[in-house]
Amino acid sequence: MSIEWYIVLSSLLFATGAIGILLRRSPIVILLCLELMLNAGNLALVAFSRMVGNEQGQVFALVVMVVAACEVVVGMGLIVAIFRRKLPLDVDELTELRG
Amino acid sequence: MSASTWAWLVLLLPLLGSITVALSFRAVPARVAGAVGTASVGIAFLCAVAALLSLLGDDADSRHHASSLWTYAQAGGLEIDLGIYVDQLSVFMMLVVTGVSTLIHLYSFGYMKSDEGYHRFFSYLNFFVFSMLLLVLAGNFVLLIVGWAFVGFASYALISFWYRRTTATRAGMKAFVINVVGDIGLVLAAFLIFQQLGSFDYETVFAQAPEVFSRGEWTITAICLLLLVGAFAKSAQIPFHTWLPDAMEGPTPVSSLIHAATMVTAGVYLIARTNVLFYLAPTAADIAAFVGLATLLIAGTIAIAQTDLKRAIAYSTMSQIGYMIMGVSIGAYSAGLFHLMTHATFKALLFMTAGSIISAMANRQDIDRMSGFWKAMRFTSIMFVIGGLALAAFPLTSGFFSKDSILSFAEARGGIYTWMAIGGYVGAFLTAIYTFRLIFRVLPGRPCEEAQHLIDSGELYHGPPINPATEEEEDAEVGFPGAHHHIAEQSWPMAVAMAVLACGALFAGLIQVPGVDNVLFGFLDPAFHDSPLAEIHPSVGAEWRGLAIGAVISVLGIALAWFLWVARPELPGLFRARFRAVYLLCLNKWYFDEAIELLIVRPALALGRFANDVFERRVVDGLVSGTRDAVGGAGGLVRIVQSGFVRSYALLLIAGFAGLALYFLVVSS
Repeated sequence: MSIEWYIVLSSLLFATGAIGILLRRSPIVILLCLELMLNAGNLALVAFSRMVGNEQGQVFALVVMVVAACEVVVGMGLIVAIFRRKLPLDVDELTELRG
Repeated sequence: MSASTWAWLVLLLPLLGSITVALSFRAVPARVAGAVGTASVGIAFLCAVAALLSLLGDDADSRHHASSLWTYAQAGGLEIDLGIYVDQLSVFMMLVVTGVSTLIHLYSFGYMKSDEGYHRFFSYLNFFVFSMLLLVLAGNFVLLIVGWAFVGFASYALISFWYRRTTATRAGMKAFVINVVGDIGLVLAAFLIFQQLGSFDYETVFAQAPEVFSRGEWTITAICLLLLVGAFAKSAQIPFHTWLPDAMEGPTPVSSLIHAATMVTAGVYLIARTNVLFYLAPTAADIAAFVGLATLLIAGTIAIAQTDLKRAIAYSTMSQIGYMIMGVSIGAYSAGLFHLMTHATFKALLFMTAGSIISAMANRQDIDRMSGFWKAMRFTSIMFVIGGLALAAFPLTSGFFSKDSILSFAEARGGIYTWMAIGGYVGAFLTAIYTFRLIFRVLPGRPCEEAQHLIDSGELYHGPPINPATEEEEDAEVGFPGAHHHIAEQSWPMAVAMAVLACGALFAGLIQVPGVDNVLFGFLDPAFHDSPLAEIHPSVGAEWRGLAIGAVISVLGIALAWFLWVARPELPGLFRARFRAVYLLCLNKWYFDEAIELLIVRPALALGRFANDVFERRVVDGLVSGTRDAVGGAGGLVRIVQSGFVRSYALLLIAGFAGLALYFLVVSS
């Protein structure tokens, strides 16, 4: 299988995640979409790694997974905190940081 | 021990005394603090005597020792030692300073008894003595400046000692500001010296100066003129003199020690110390001599019209320092220092007696209110007369010999200096008149209310405490003179101090009688062997001729004062009415304060107001608020983007990345 298919799939996944982030308002879904984008990146990395023929890309993908896990921890923590304070779980209403 | 070791001890003792007294002010009673303060200076005096003996043990040509504790600062070719220079001049100054200071500490021990700030007073006083000793012992210009500035601070602290008296704090500030002007002159002079000669060290500077500079060159003239600014400000010479009369707001022992006997002679010491430089700059030396002459004449005329006892004596101090400045500037180094020494004794004595009388007057200083103290305070009166005789250069008193040794030198040097000698004799005439004006108005006659009270009850008159300058009443808590003063005759420390000084005022002149003995000049002259002017010696005959003239002038002046204020007391009033303009000129101190106000203070204030109203408000504020507005406006633009909507941020991010990706695609293809 040539490399193009992997790239196309990766791009589709990435675009799906990006569109999800732009369109949905629930923080949990936004986190899910972020994961999707990260994994689209991972897919591309692994594909390129196979193409080039060494393991650097795969190692890099592992690092991305670790980062993604951390990011989920922080993100979920934020969501729990928002929930505990009885704030709306809607990113459009959480505009405290407006300049 | 060598002379320099003794000198270090002399320097150390008052410093230790000052710190001890200051730190122990809660722990020990006032009398102990006073005793510690007095003892530290007294022992310093003994050490100074030991230094003198040690120096006399040396060969006459090698009586100079430089000693350094450690290197104070070292940077790029500049090396400043914490060093002292002990020679005849500094040992002489050390003896005068510690000797007079010891007696004045003793006097203060009694005089300040009822003051709440007793510890503070002695701490300041010891600090002053330390600073003054640092000034005279310094071995380089940097330490000289340090001592110079310390002395200025000590003077400020002691003038403003009664800090609740507004007039006193103002006088302190005035003295400090004028002294700082002098400090600037001195610092600039030291800078120029370093720039030209590459050293601050006395020995190096004085050895190299004649090789580097030719006589009359403008650089050395500039250096000497700057040194003179410092000397004039410290020594209250025209036009920097206005602080000295105001400094009389301080306690009387302060006027006696700092503003008569020691600090104000720092300028004389400076010129004598840098005599090598002044020889190379004859213009500057002549200017100094003329300023000294002008000061001694102008201050003499002012002193005749003043009615404040202490201020009148302060003007006489200015006048006498005029003699010294004139002396050391024309080359009569030893004679100028001789007059410095005798003046220190009789002027300290005069201020002590004035303090005694002022105590009896419940702090009033106006001589119009005083009379009849001869009957009330016999001992003080005798002391006052002795001090007055020495100041008026009455034959055979100390002032008689010292003043005339300056004037006969001026005459021997010839040329314009002869005219200076004549001016000096005119000044001596004025001195005799104003001194005995004070004596004849205060001592004889019917006792005034306060003096009568003293005769009747044997106690001092305790009126409500008032500020002598404004006649306003003040409450006698801390920061004011104490409510109860003590009779000088009955307080033994005050009486002893006055008696010792009186002996000095009468007999100190006998150590240097022309043709008879040569103790002082024989000791001091080798210190000035670098200056060719020191080679001039008036003949013994000329000196005795000068002494005879001085004696006649002194007696004539005293007689005239007697005629005007005792025999025909209505005459001064007639003079005042007849020559009103002259009288007002003298009474208002030749309008120097007003002139300085008009020429310097007002323009400076106007400049300040202009800077505040135009420069500060328009230019600086304009720049600041312009910057603020620019930043604020730019921030406003950025704020639009910061909407707080996470999804809009995400859109911007993605759009940005997409844009970048597109750009690279386009560029790479």
